[in-house]
Amino acid sequence: MLQAVNPKNQAVNPEDPEQNEADELVPAAEPKAGHAPLDAAVETQADLSAEIQSIGDAYRRALKDGAAPETQPRLDYAPYRSSILRHPTKSLHHADPETIELYSPAFGHQDVHALESDLTIQHNGEPQGERMIVQGRVLDGDGHPVAGQLVEIWQANAAGRYIHKRDQHPAPLDPNFTGVGRCITGPDGSYRFTTIKPGAYPWKNHLNAWRPAHIHFSLFGTEFTQRIVTQMYFPGDQLFPLDPIYQSIVDQDARDRLVAAYDHSLTSPEWALGYRWDIILTGSKRTWTENEAFGASGDDEE
Amino acid sequence: MSKLTATPGQTVGPFFGYALPFPKDNELLAPGSPGSIRLQGTVYDGAGHTIPDAILEIWQPDSEGNIVQRTGSLVRDGYTFTGWGRASVGNTGVYTFTTVNPGPTKPGSAPFISVTVFARGLMNRLFTRIYLPGDKEALANDPLLSSLPEDRRNTLIARRDPDGGLTWDVRLQGEGETVFLDFHADTTEGAAQ
Repeated sequence: MLQAVNPKNQAVNPEDPEQNEADELVPAAEPKAGHAPLDAAVETQADLSAEIQSIGDAYRRALKDGAAPETQPRLDYAPYRSSILRHPTKSLHHADPETIELYSPAFGHQDVHALESDLTIQHNGEPQGERMIVQGRVLDGDGHPVAGQLVEIWQANAAGRYIHKRDQHPAPLDPNFTGVGRCITGPDGSYRFTTIKPGAYPWKNHLNAWRPAHIHFSLFGTEFTQRIVTQMYFPGDQLFPLDPIYQSIVDQDARDRLVAAYDHSLTSPEWALGYRWDIILTGSKRTWTENEAFGASGDDEE
Repeated sequence: MSKLTATPGQTVGPFFGYALPFPKDNELLAPGSPGSIRLQGTVYDGAGHTIPDAILEIWQPDSEGNIVQRTGSLVRDGYTFTGWGRASVGNTGVYTFTTVNPGPTKPGSAPFISVTVFARGLMNRLFTRIYLPGDKEALANDPLLSSLPEDRRNTLIARRDPDGGLTWDVRLQGEGETVFLDFHADTTEGAAQ
């Protein structure tokens, strides 16, 4: 019998608002629990959509009045309920990156086997679902390729189920799919994964909350300040307007940067559909003076 | 100013636990080896509750202050110091690294460890620093620390444990909120919109 596990390994206490808020997971004490109305007082998609709409409207008015476009998600974005107690309330402190921050850890083929970029060959059989290729380049803000760096991905299977023990969504696990991949970028900053198109999955932010299909990406640049974790989405997903995580990026142009493009030239005949997604990291901050101060110790390619 | 606009970040979500951790991810040095110390702390939310689903990364110079550019962090051989590590917090919000005290990268400068914080519910990664306690003069002269009011400055300075290790907590919000850094003044990023 499956047990609902909450993040603190405690029994779920409906009187504890913090605990309820922290629990995004679909309880699986009963196989259909995730689909049943959880509570008469629970917030609906309409409630959340109204909040999302209101924040978006305010942003568009500000843009019209000359505000600068926002390019990153808001840390303070209440429609994603778990962010309420987890965002800094003070402004980020502007700092000039120094010493170690101007370099990035080094990864290489010692760290990652070439086969780790194919998520469809990690088990004895073929995973279920729509086989796909995702390919693109990692570039810095000046357009330079980020070569020889680590890219990590993780995702749900075709049914929208993560293999993570805390995902209790009552969709089937696939014994032939783990959903984790890694690769090292090529000299031109390129990466390529073969995988299965992930399904949408339900979560407990509000009643009938569904995440659009996505692949999590973790990226390093040539400097530690360029470190980023993000999510890649698929074009035309009907869940975009409903999703507080995607909508935490209030600017449409910025949101579009997370959506891969279908690319028939990447599609492999009678094998897999191809998607292209390039990732732009922030600009390089390292200067000649800084390099000189540290001699050749980390000055690898410039 | 960059020519291209950066791709937005997104939360690490709740399900990184089967993907990002790897064996010895938090052991920059083998525990118990000469010079190794424990770096530990707890991650708290704005209500003062511990966060059980955060993951931290550190990146630091070696004990001599050298910035290392060696591969092998993901498949550690037990001898090579790569300067980088990753630690998921446990159920009680506690993370642990085995590492070395970083040396000063310039004579007289205050040694620090660079940190990235990720968590479910945190929309984008946060950068910060862990300074070593001890060298009062170096800390007083540090450009970042001296630009902060005293109560906030202390959120970036670790405590020395009786066993020689370091303790440094992360408070994402509220009283004693950790100072988080924005290295990219040319982008719009942050809590204050």
